[in-house]
Amino acid sequence: MTDAAVTAPSPPLWRRLIGFNFITALILGVAGWYVGWFGAHAVVGPSLDYFGDIDYNELSVYLAYLGGVVGFLVGLGFLNYPVRRLLGYPPSLREKEESGWTRYFSLCTDHKVVGIQYLWGIGLFIFIGGLNAMLIRTELLTPHNQVFPAGTYLTIVGMHGTMMMGMMTSGILGPFANYFVPIMIGARRMAFPRIEALTFWLLMAAGVVLTSTVFFGGFPTGWTGYAPLSTQANPGIDNYILFFALVGVSMTLLGLNMIVTVLTMRAPGLTWTRLPIFVWGVISTSVLMVLAAPILIAALGMAALDRTAQTSFFNPAIGGSNYLYENLFWMFGHPEVYVLALPGFAIVLELLPVFARKPLWGYRLAVSGLLGVSLLSWFVWQHHLFVSGINGDLRPFYMLSTELISIPTGFTFLCGMMTLWRGHIRYTVPMLFCLAWFFNFLIGGLSGVFLSDVPSDVTTHGSFFVMAHFHYTIMGGLIFTFFAAIYYWVPKMTGWELNERLGKIHFWTMFIFFNSAFSVLFAVGFLGQPRRSVTYPSNLQFLNDWVSISAFLLGASMLVFIFNLVWSLAFVKKPAAANPWGSRSIEFQLPSPVPVHNFDRIPVFSGDPYGYGEEPMPSLTPAGAPAGRD
Amino acid sequence: MASEPTAATPSGESTNLGLRVVVAWLVLSAIATPLVAIYVGPLIPPGNGSVQAQGQTFSNQVMVGLITPVLCLMAVFFAYGLIRFHMRANETALEGPPIRNDSRIQLLWLVITTTMVLFLAGFGTYELLKDGAGGGQGPDPIALPAHHHTAFPVQVIGQQWEFTYRYPTLGGMESNQLVLPENTLVVLHVTSLDVIHSFWAYQLGVKADANPGTDNVAYVTTKGPLVFHVRCAELCGLWHGYMFDNGFVVSHTAFTHWAARAVALYRSIKPYVNRPPEKGGAPFSLTYLPAPPGRAG
Amino acid sequence: MRVGVKLLLIAAAVLAAGIAIGFYVSHLTTLAGSPAYSVPVHNVNGHPVVDLEIETVAAVGSKLSPNPDWVSYLVRTKDNGWQRMTVWDLPANATVHVTWFNFDGASGLRNPYLGRPQGVVANHILVYNKPVDRVDPNLASHTFAVPALGLIVAVPGVPDDAKHPCGYAPCSPGKDSHVTVHFTFHTTTPGHYRWQCFVPCAAGWLYGFGGPMQTIGYMDGFLNVKA
Repeated sequence: MTDAAVTAPSPPLWRRLIGFNFITALILGVAGWYVGWFGAHAVVGPSLDYFGDIDYNELSVYLAYLGGVVGFLVGLGFLNYPVRRLLGYPPSLREKEESGWTRYFSLCTDHKVVGIQYLWGIGLFIFIGGLNAMLIRTELLTPHNQVFPAGTYLTIVGMHGTMMMGMMTSGILGPFANYFVPIMIGARRMAFPRIEALTFWLLMAAGVVLTSTVFFGGFPTGWTGYAPLSTQANPGIDNYILFFALVGVSMTLLGLNMIVTVLTMRAPGLTWTRLPIFVWGVISTSVLMVLAAPILIAALGMAALDRTAQTSFFNPAIGGSNYLYENLFWMFGHPEVYVLALPGFAIVLELLPVFARKPLWGYRLAVSGLLGVSLLSWFVWQHHLFVSGINGDLRPFYMLSTELISIPTGFTFLCGMMTLWRGHIRYTVPMLFCLAWFFNFLIGGLSGVFLSDVPSDVTTHGSFFVMAHFHYTIMGGLIFTFFAAIYYWVPKMTGWELNERLGKIHFWTMFIFFNSAFSVLFAVGFLGQPRRSVTYPSNLQFLNDWVSISAFLLGASMLVFIFNLVWSLAFVKKPAAANPWGSRSIEFQLPSPVPVHNFDRIPVFSGDPYGYGEEPMPSLTPAGAPAGRD
Repeated sequence: MASEPTAATPSGESTNLGLRVVVAWLVLSAIATPLVAIYVGPLIPPGNGSVQAQGQTFSNQVMVGLITPVLCLMAVFFAYGLIRFHMRANETALEGPPIRNDSRIQLLWLVITTTMVLFLAGFGTYELLKDGAGGGQGPDPIALPAHHHTAFPVQVIGQQWEFTYRYPTLGGMESNQLVLPENTLVVLHVTSLDVIHSFWAYQLGVKADANPGTDNVAYVTTKGPLVFHVRCAELCGLWHGYMFDNGFVVSHTAFTHWAARAVALYRSIKPYVNRPPEKGGAPFSLTYLPAPPGRAG
Repeated sequence: MRVGVKLLLIAAAVLAAGIAIGFYVSHLTTLAGSPAYSVPVHNVNGHPVVDLEIETVAAVGSKLSPNPDWVSYLVRTKDNGWQRMTVWDLPANATVHVTWFNFDGASGLRNPYLGRPQGVVANHILVYNKPVDRVDPNLASHTFAVPALGLIVAVPGVPDDAKHPCGYAPCSPGKDSHVTVHFTFHTTTPGHYRWQCFVPCAAGWLYGFGGPMQTIGYMDGFLNVKA
């Protein structure tokens, strides 16, 4: 494949402003919003008079935001290719391949560009979610005075949880799987490059939908959106419903893309037992994404219908049941949290061999651990409903299945620990984050054992103990490995090094303050403080203040990271070596940053990337071999 | 990059180091577990306010006792490993022994973890089925304490944003204070008039979600006189955080006096309760009486 | 790009982010809140006494709120006008005499038990100056309840055939049809006491409890009891 198509001179800036680009997308998005808003009013009259004089046209909120999202996507050019095909044009692979910084603000089918878009986009919304967390802890500094009105506090809590959950489901798959899975399997692209770009822009549009909930009064349900409170709420809950529906679509497509890519586009010689463990993690996560997200979309669709069309899915007074929502939501929700946890496992297992200079111990056991978690996650969801009044016969079964899931999780621990055993460990910044994963996920997992035991769950359900548990597993497990992946792979992605000392400062401050904040929350929960409560008994104030101060310092540690990022990537700009970590993985045999076409020739695999101490690294371009077309 | 296997026979050295870790772990666990049991054990919630709370406390204590050795193992392994296997300055070219697997260790790990898990599941099931552990079991409870037929019924009604309590055996008297007699098996029927709430009586060790239109049954056997905190544990709207109260377990004589006063106060409003709408009952009145077991989630 | 230009761009980005965050947070602090009104206190034999006059209206109107059809409570302020404020400062250990004008029709209590006045002095309220120890739950229009003080008072609704129904707030006891209720309660220790209405009258929301029923400044508020 020649480079002619990709290195043609870019048109001048003014020319690029006309046509399908980010600015057009914003304009069409706003236009679409108004079309939806006024269209709904024209269709169903000035106000929907279903429950009474509601004073608000619910349908208009949905149609407005749907119109806005569709307009935004059309403006970026996502309809161009389908329309061209409908008009009879032949299929083509790449639409635009311009160079320059505007690629990152447009529909670009280069998977590496999408990976970097994801990194910054998710980073932005996680920053917003983190700010909401700071606001929560500000409110909880004292039980007596109110910083925010009580209803606003619930909106802040809901926004923090919803934004984090929605964004972090694609937190590792989005940036790093999109960038590196094709490279790791020896391909030049993903199976569906346009869908890949779509998943990113859907997520960005969804983030805007959620942040604008404050203009519609916020939502009082927290991230779980239980009916019938959601049916009763202000129009702000429509933003929440639409956000999660869009995230669900994005998740489904992302998972689908990953699975098809790995199934069909592996290079010669790459058998399943030679696949990097990171790719196995991506597969096990993607299966969950594809199967679980549609359940969420269905549940949210029913909630939207209850709100707009007065259906009775979740309203017991007219024949529905709140249990229906709870079960549907958690049937999605439990695989969802494994969507969050599994990439963390995969990153740890991928990085440990590099920094311990030893092969990954127990490769097949690790793979069965990942797949086992993936499979078992479907059979545990009712542990969120132990005291909800579910059929009593179910509870021992779900107790057993939830306890069982700790067995495949343990495999990851065993393989990681045995990889470290007798290795030669280098304490680089990515390694520090991976080691912190062991500590954090251990505490998170063991607290999960408490929650899986029904008598113990009666003590702790709905309290801050649950909060501490999932923050240890999700933040301690996923976010720490997210940073490990950033420090490990960003030099490869951008071609610039990140400052190691700043990275270590970031790690230690984050680790210390994270543990300081969340370990105390176990005690707070044990002492009886319920979740999502704006006030608490006075005797818990000291502990809450400790947590709040630690949380503020934890937020400050993120500023160290942001400073490092900006400083290293924009000012210092020290070129990164091709293989700074001495990794045997294939992406580190390529230059930094990875060239547009990935490989000169499609590689042929002869082993897995964990042969430390076994044989010399096979070269990507063997000496004497002619460089040529693939 | 050339690789250099370590000088000593891999398996021999591994076994030696492994034994060191195992011995250190056993010693540390033998010290730590009793210390935890003695000093941390009594602090474990929710305490001994009721028989069910006592059961929960016991479950929690057993689990704390079980996870102590696990934490010790991780602590010993990482404290030892991260120091012993740290790459020294003169080892930067060294790559570790190419050990990819050891099926004995895999089997051992699998057996130990599975045993622990099955034990926990069995233990938890036993504790749960013994007396319900204070949790809500839906309209069709299966974990029934002894003599549950003669349990003292109280209906807990959650609404936005207050709990009220009806006593069917006291003429359907309703009160906004939960008062219970000591040393009695009480059956709580928890329901809601609007959205999902959750009745959490901390010192009694009771937690049961209040679902609209459903009866969620929880058993609790009270012990001595007690003040307990009632909180709402499921987000239910604006004042969820303020939906708390104090409840009381009192002696039988005190309970009789209180009940007499409360029934007298209730008499004035009683004619209006549960009057069907066609007979002039309040249009929203959904005060729910415990009905025969019905459908649930 | 030169270093100076980069620094300028970053400074601009930080400034823009700071402004956006500040705007967002300030929007949040005012979202559906209510300013506090200090009810005037006078002393009787060294004991603080407060006269609190409140009214409940069926529709608050567009001058007082972006949601003109929402029900609301209003409080009579020092200048004899009515303000839509539901956070009131009261003294601790005080006697509070409440005069309550209700301009709204009946909706009915969801839980009829709440028709019995509780936590009031002498265990009864005065409706049209006659002592009453219960309000027919079907005829209840609104309640004033402070659960932490054990205070629950329901007010009957204006009959449907009333001669001068009030339109939008503020409603005037001199002109518009209303029901007047008097009761007295005591404040105790200083603190933050929430109050709410228990009659689910928010038409258009499921269970009648959304919208104004869940918004401070309308049908919910705080008593800031200060020493």
